[in-house]
Amino acid sequence: MKTNFPNGKISKVTGKCIVLKGDDIDTDRIIPARFLKCVNFNSLGEQVFADDRIELTGNHPFDKNHNQGASILIVNDNFGCGSSREHAPQALMRWGIRGIIGQSFAEIFYGNCLALGIPCAIAPSSKIKTIQASVESNNKMNWILDLQQKTIQSPKESWSISIEKGPLEMLLSGKWDATSQLIAQEKKLTEVMYKLPYIKNFK
Amino acid sequence: MSIGTLYDKVWDLHRVTDLPGGSTQLFVGLHLIHEVTSPQAFAALEEKNLTVRCQERTIATVDHIVPTISQKRPFSDPLAEEMLATLEKNCKKHKITLHGIGSGNQGVVHVMAPELGLTQPGMTVACGDSHTSTHGAFGAIAFGIGTSQVRDVLASQSIAMNKLKVRRLWFDGQLNKGVYAKDLILHAIRKLGVKGGVGFAYEFSGPAIHALSMEERMTICNMAIEGGARCGYINPDETTFSYLKGKPNAPDEKEWGKAIKWWESLCTDKNAKFDDEVLFDASQITPTVTWGITPGQGLSINESIPFPESLQESDRPIAKEAYSYMQLQPGTPIQGVEIDVCFIGSCTNGRLSDLQAAAQIAKGRKVAKGIKAFVVPGSEQVAKAAKDEGLDNIFVEAGFEWREPGCSMCLAMNPDKLEGRQISASSSNRNFKGRQGSSSGRTLLMSPAMVAAAAINGKVTDVRKIINENQL
Repeated sequence: MKTNFPNGKISKVTGKCIVLKGDDIDTDRIIPARFLKCVNFNSLGEQVFADDRIELTGNHPFDKNHNQGASILIVNDNFGCGSSREHAPQALMRWGIRGIIGQSFAEIFYGNCLALGIPCAIAPSSKIKTIQASVESNNKMNWILDLQQKTIQSPKESWSISIEKGPLEMLLSGKWDATSQLIAQEKKLTEVMYKLPYIKNFK
Repeated sequence: MSIGTLYDKVWDLHRVTDLPGGSTQLFVGLHLIHEVTSPQAFAALEEKNLTVRCQERTIATVDHIVPTISQKRPFSDPLAEEMLATLEKNCKKHKITLHGIGSGNQGVVHVMAPELGLTQPGMTVACGDSHTSTHGAFGAIAFGIGTSQVRDVLASQSIAMNKLKVRRLWFDGQLNKGVYAKDLILHAIRKLGVKGGVGFAYEFSGPAIHALSMEERMTICNMAIEGGARCGYINPDETTFSYLKGKPNAPDEKEWGKAIKWWESLCTDKNAKFDDEVLFDASQITPTVTWGITPGQGLSINESIPFPESLQESDRPIAKEAYSYMQLQPGTPIQGVEIDVCFIGSCTNGRLSDLQAAAQIAKGRKVAKGIKAFVVPGSEQVAKAAKDEGLDNIFVEAGFEWREPGCSMCLAMNPDKLEGRQISASSSNRNFKGRQGSSSGRTLLMSPAMVAAAAINGKVTDVRKIINENQL
């Protein structure tokens, strides 16, 4: 478990990669609903993929010794679909994940990751599979997910990845935590609000 | 890029400003909160020394964790009790209306808000729950958000969002007898896939859609998210207006004409441009049941579990995972698959008309031996209306349990859970692995009437056969 959570400008994620294969991995699998019974997120790191890990009795990627301490998660298609629970990226973050690369992500999950300062980068299916194979062939290697260069690289190899322009700028500038920007627009917000006839129930 | 759709119009009216990262700040007209995704948001708000921007536009209820047998406080589960107590404390502190247990209005958040007339056409609606898409049935733009965004909406009554593309799903014809809104949406998800809607808002339209009641429309928009679309909506019409009229939070009689005029002005223009359009024939849709571990793995009641060769290559790995998890072999007809538990309820299908449809099947029949079947009304209002019609007695006489309102076994955060490898016929929205409370539990999604038919026969059944018997 890591406790130094993302903060400020984020231009790189470094560390080992962990491969989790499969399309449509939903947030119920990332963190089963029974663990949502909490009023804070503190204990979620240990519970990430709880049921999948029970099913695989020690053979789940998140249980394998060589993956402990990994920072960059490599997934496949439509990762994080289903429920809006932020508990899912919270659980991944508390386990140690600081960046994710996949073929595609479900939208709410993607936004939740951004709100925590976790970049989600994408690459075509064939490239993802190549990266996964490379990680698995040398699981002790350190990698750099470089947002500025838009690459994932090891001392031996480098692949280009893409990341949406808006989220990229937010991460690089450290403005991925939206609250302060939103409350700064109080005057404009009030204008928009009072132009909407339903605000005063059409009176 | 779409032009002239309801989505475009509502988006423009709620746009506050463009944010540095390229996203748009959007005003949120209605913020619904509940006990699961709000406690951390309130804590974060306080950490930042912020307050709630629009208390009057923030409405709370408790639904996910409530027990459905005894709702006496304190709850027997101390964690559930702590979550509700935290919500109560936060609502009191920030002067937010909480429709709590016994208030007469408590219920699944997406059942409660429409009943109270809180959800209206042309609004933006946000809630820390992915099934917020339900409210799109009124011609609102409604989307699920995460806890950090709940904090943002509490603090600023707005959210940072990127504009979606708009896909129109046009349904010609009419649904046949014994085919319900649930079948329509399961069919659409099967055809377009669980990620087909990523990046899109879904506009549901066409004669089959506009013939539906508001409750049926809610079932459809509810599951837009299961098709990957963050929001789904239906243009408001007479059905929408007459549903809203007289509801506690709807506009008064005096302003009614003004409201209708504004609501109508938001409807998608005749010459609107969509980013994509898909055509369906509603009369070809049959009762639909999921067999696998994603809501896209659906089958018509007369079909069999597909062989991998018949599937697109990209769908084969998850199908293989589903054969093994569901313990269902390719070639097995879905009709006749034996079940253990029947669940009628949820934000998808826990409304009065859902219970009426199921009761028509249950009436005068008995739940098959060894089957556990239970009905969980979507809200206290639904429970009352159902009891007034005697639906509770019909269910109880047939051998169903009649429970108190809540989310219940849709996601099993309360004591209602599958055990071991039990298989359920469920009127809820997700059949993910472990979804209903057992890490090896299995779920078949279907309409409430189909769940009732499964309960009576102890196996997946074509509800049209029972409907035909009823007419003899």
